[in-house]
Amino acid sequence: MILLVPEHAAGTLRGSARELVTAGRTLQAALGGEIHALLLGPGAAAAAAEIAKYGVQAHHSEDAGYEPFKAQVWTHAAAEAATMLGAKAVLVPASRSGLSYAPRVAVRLNAALLEDVIEVDSDGATVGGKRFTYLSRVTESSRTTALPVVISLKVNVLAPAEAAAAPGAVAAIDLPAAASGVEVLSQAKASTGGVSLDEASVVVTGGRGVGSPEGFTRLVEPLAATVNAAVGATRAVVDAGWRPYADQVGQTGKTVAPNVYIAVGLSGAVQHLSGMNRSKTIVAINKDKDAPIFKVADYGVVGDVNEVVPELVKLLKG
Amino acid sequence: MKICTILKQVPDAEASIRTSGDRVDLSGVTFVMDGMDEYGVEEAIRLREGGAQVEIVALALGPKRFEDAIRTSLAIGADRAVHIETDETYDAISQARILAEAVKKEGAELVFVGGKEADWDSAALGPALAEVLGWPHVDWTTKLALSGAAVEATHDTDSGTETVKVALPAVITTQQGLNEPRYPTLPNIMKAKRKELRKAQPADYGAATALTRLTGEAIQVKTRLNKLFSGDAVESATALVNALRNEAKVL
Ligand SMILES: Cc1cc2nc3c(=O)[nH]c(=O)nc-3n(C[C@H](O)[C@H](O)[C@H](O)COP(=O)(O)OP(=O)(O)OC[C@H]3O[C@@H](n4cnc5c(N)ncnc54)[C@H](O)[C@@H]3O)c2cc1C
Repeated sequence: MILLVPEHAAGTLRGSARELVTAGRTLQAALGGEIHALLLGPGAAAAAAEIAKYGVQAHHSEDAGYEPFKAQVWTHAAAEAATMLGAKAVLVPASRSGLSYAPRVAVRLNAALLEDVIEVDSDGATVGGKRFTYLSRVTESSRTTALPVVISLKVNVLAPAEAAAAPGAVAAIDLPAAASGVEVLSQAKASTGGVSLDEASVVVTGGRGVGSPEGFTRLVEPLAATVNAAVGATRAVVDAGWRPYADQVGQTGKTVAPNVYIAVGLSGAVQHLSGMNRSKTIVAINKDKDAPIFKVADYGVVGDVNEVVPELVKLLKG
Repeated sequence: MKICTILKQVPDAEASIRTSGDRVDLSGVTFVMDGMDEYGVEEAIRLREGGAQVEIVALALGPKRFEDAIRTSLAIGADRAVHIETDETYDAISQARILAEAVKKEGAELVFVGGKEADWDSAALGPALAEVLGWPHVDWTTKLALSGAAVEATHDTDSGTETVKVALPAVITTQQGLNEPRYPTLPNIMKAKRKELRKAQPADYGAATALTRLTGEAIQVKTRLNKLFSGDAVESATALVNALRNEAKVL
């Protein structure tokens, strides 16, 4: 069987949950058996009822110890459930949390790990996956030599599954949260405001060429608001303290793949490109016609952002 | 307290990546110590500078060329190094099993691991290493302080940031923001040549077998239109909006 560990927010499934079902069905075709899901923490029962609509056998443990996320606690639950149910594959979303505990589950189950994959396949005896490497410049294919396998699945890549004709069963599972050596002292929510980078279908990112924090307020934010976009920033901008780290796109920031990515006054360093080069349409505005960003752009304007951006805002509003 | 910092040597980000056949071809590429690992070495030095009694051991598993990265870490401030030299390909999990044995033999209480490797784009080594050791880990750490037999660490989570207290021993994975790594100075580069760099083999640490194997690598190519508008700002902005709306059919 195949075990999914979907994420939910107080009982509402995250978008990645249906992508897990899609990958689970691909593997099921070769591995056989049922698809099960494990839902953890307050709201798990409601989330389990939701995931069951996709033909998945859903188990839930509402133990409050699963919130906030702690890698060792989730590792224990996923590994216990995988052992109890005899899972050949365990699938989790490659969120920060997923990336943080999937390797631990693999170690505990003596399983192979396929990390942050964009595609899975199986021949019945092994599982293969594709993922990006070398700062997202290379697509790597790898296979397990045996089973079981633990897979973290890159988010916002696969088509979300449709509901199944026959829903799965929903049941509570006796799986109390384990102890962990980690004590959470305080938490702060990221306050990006407006559209979140992870979910935006349009992203407007400003670089050092925007000139100043006021440049963001005067140029980048109005452009973003006009096209209902999230605001991103380069590391140079974050290092200068113009924008919070939560806005950073790139190797050490967020990875985004929106429909439209608008790069405003940024050069297009490799580390930046690795966080956005899978965007559908890339637009760049830069005064230097040789800026590397133009090499990955579909459309570009060679010009001063102070002149071009206000003009764009006017035209896009009209 | 003994601190291990795990090192990797990776292609310089500026190096262009080529393939030959269905494998990445790294011949002729310039290699550097992974930028993410520099944060770990720097943080260990800062703990010492903050008054803690520490020994900093750089630990690396990889081919001979890794020596350069190891020397760099010694020049930055690690006290000595262990190089588990091998041409064998291990995946993150089997690397973790070997490195965990080495950490145990050293008797380290704190281990720094780079948050995301610049060659494999992987964040798995730190958590996997912690699991083999049976220790907690904190990933994507941006702030760290010793507090008795524990550390307090601030790190990024899916919803924002979080400060946690973790009893030692523990694994900390690093990232940008944790500190500003210093550059090795010339005198320190000279001094580093006299520091101990011990060679070892995976078999000394029980070896381990990779449960995954690489089957292919291809350069990611996405053909881009590369249509550039230049000249008058109003005209080029108009041309851009027209192209986006009528050709790309977006916005
Ligand atoms: C380990 C490591 C990790 C990194 N991770 C990241 C990461 O996650 N994200 C990231 O972004 N970077 C990252 N970097 C940094 C990266 O290498 C670049 O330094 C950074 O992306 C540059 O930011 P920028 O494009 O804003 O600035 P610059 O490179 O300075 O580019 C500014 C651009 O603006 C243009 N410009 C200036 N004025 C104007 C104007 N008036 N009108 C139009 N154009 C103008 C210039 O022509 C230039 O192209 C990382 C680096 C390292 C070593």
